[in-house]
Amino acid sequence: MLSGVDLDLEAASLNVITGANGAGKTSLLRLLAGLLALSSGEAEVCGVDLTKGDLRQLRRRVGWLGHEGSFYADLTVRENLRFCALALGRPTDEIDAVLARVGLSPRVDTITKKLSAGQRRRLGLAWLLLRRAELWLLDEPYASLDDQGRTFFDALLADVINAGATVVLSAHDPLRATTLRPRTIGLVGGRVREVAP
Amino acid sequence: MIRIAWLVAKKDLRIEARSRVLLWQVVPFGAMALLLTGLALGPAHAGNSSAGPGLFYLVMLFVALLMINRSQVLESTPGTRASIATLGLDPAGVFLGKTLALCVELWVTGLVLLAGTVLVLHTALHGAFLALPSVLVTLGALAAAGTLYGAMTAGGEGAATLLPVLCLPAFAPLLIAGERAFSAALTHGGLWEWWVIVVVALVAYVGVGILLYGVLEES
Repeated sequence: MLSGVDLDLEAASLNVITGANGAGKTSLLRLLAGLLALSSGEAEVCGVDLTKGDLRQLRRRVGWLGHEGSFYADLTVRENLRFCALALGRPTDEIDAVLARVGLSPRVDTITKKLSAGQRRRLGLAWLLLRRAELWLLDEPYASLDDQGRTFFDALLADVINAGATVVLSAHDPLRATTLRPRTIGLVGGRVREVAP
Repeated sequence: MIRIAWLVAKKDLRIEARSRVLLWQVVPFGAMALLLTGLALGPAHAGNSSAGPGLFYLVMLFVALLMINRSQVLESTPGTRASIATLGLDPAGVFLGKTLALCVELWVTGLVLLAGTVLVLHTALHGAFLALPSVLVTLGALAAAGTLYGAMTAGGEGAATLLPVLCLPAFAPLLIAGERAFSAALTHGGLWEWWVIVVVALVAYVGVGILLYGVLEES
C-alpha cells in the first residue's frame, strides 16, 4: 500500500510511475481512478476530493486500461465499444472512426477473446478514445506490444496529451517505456523516492 | 436507471446467447438432475405427481446457483471490473439489468424443467399450466435475491462456496412458497396465501437491491 505520497500532476502531461513489483504502482493508479479508498491524507483528482467527493462522477472522467483483459470476452469489438458509448450516453457513430484510428477496423466483428494481446491493447485504446477521458490511467500498457505497437502507442499518447488529456502510466523500465519525455515518478515500497525532471 | 438496466440486461443476455452456457450446460444439467431425482424416487413413486413440485424447485435451486455465479463471473476479472467501474453506471440500473437477464435465463430453464416434470414425473399438464404464473414470479424473486447475494460474494476467493451458504436461508421461504403454490395448482387448493409470499418477496428483494447494490459493489 501507499504512504507518504506527495504528488502534483500537471494537466496535459505524461507521467510514468516506475518501481519494482509490489512497489505500489497499480495501487496509485487505482487511487487516482477513484477505485481505491483513501484511508488517510488528502487527495484531489480532476477537482474531486477523494475523501468526500463523488467518486462515481470522478470515474466517469477517467479512463482505465489494465494489463489484464478489460472487456467482455464474449462480445465483439463493436459490441464492447457500443456498450461503453451507450453507458456513457455518447453517440455510437464515432465507433468506426475510433477503430480506424487504432487500426482495428478489420476486426470490428471479431469476438474479443479471439484477439491477440496486442489487438486487445488497441481495443483498450479505442475504449479510452471513445470515452474522451480527461485522465488516462494505464497499467503496464507497453506489456505485450511489439516495436510497431509501441511506436503507434507513443504517437497516440502524444496526440491525446496535445488535445489536453493527462496521462499516467506504470512501467518497470521508464527508458523502454516510451520515446516521449515523461515525468518519472519512482516508487519504492509504497513511497515516492524520486520525481524527475 | 431504466436505460442502464436495459443496456446491462441486453449485454448479459447477448453474452449468454453467444457463450451458450445456458443451452449446452445448464439446461442439460437441470434435465439430468430432474431425471435422476425421478429415478431416486423409484419406479413405483416416479409417477406420483405430488412429488413433482418439490423436485422441480429442488432442481431449480441448483440451476439458480449455477446461473447466479455465472452472472457475476462476467465482470469477475480485475481488469473488466475496473473498466466497468470507471463507466460510473447507476448501481440500481445495473442491479435491475442483471436481475432481468438472470430472470429470463431462469424462466427459460424453468419452462424446460416444467415440461420435464410433466414428461418424467407425470405431473398433470393442466396443473403445470395453472402453476406457470406462480413459477414465473417465484423465479423472478429468486433472480432478484440471487443477484443481490451474488454481488456480495463476487470476486471473493470462496465465492462458489459462500454463495449457496448465503442464498439458502433467503431462498428457503421462496422455494417453500413456490412449491406450495405449485402443489395447490395441481390439487386446485388455495393459492392466494402463497402468491402473497412470493410477490412480497419479489418486491422486497427488488427494492432492497435497488437501494443497496451500489454499497455492495463498492465493498
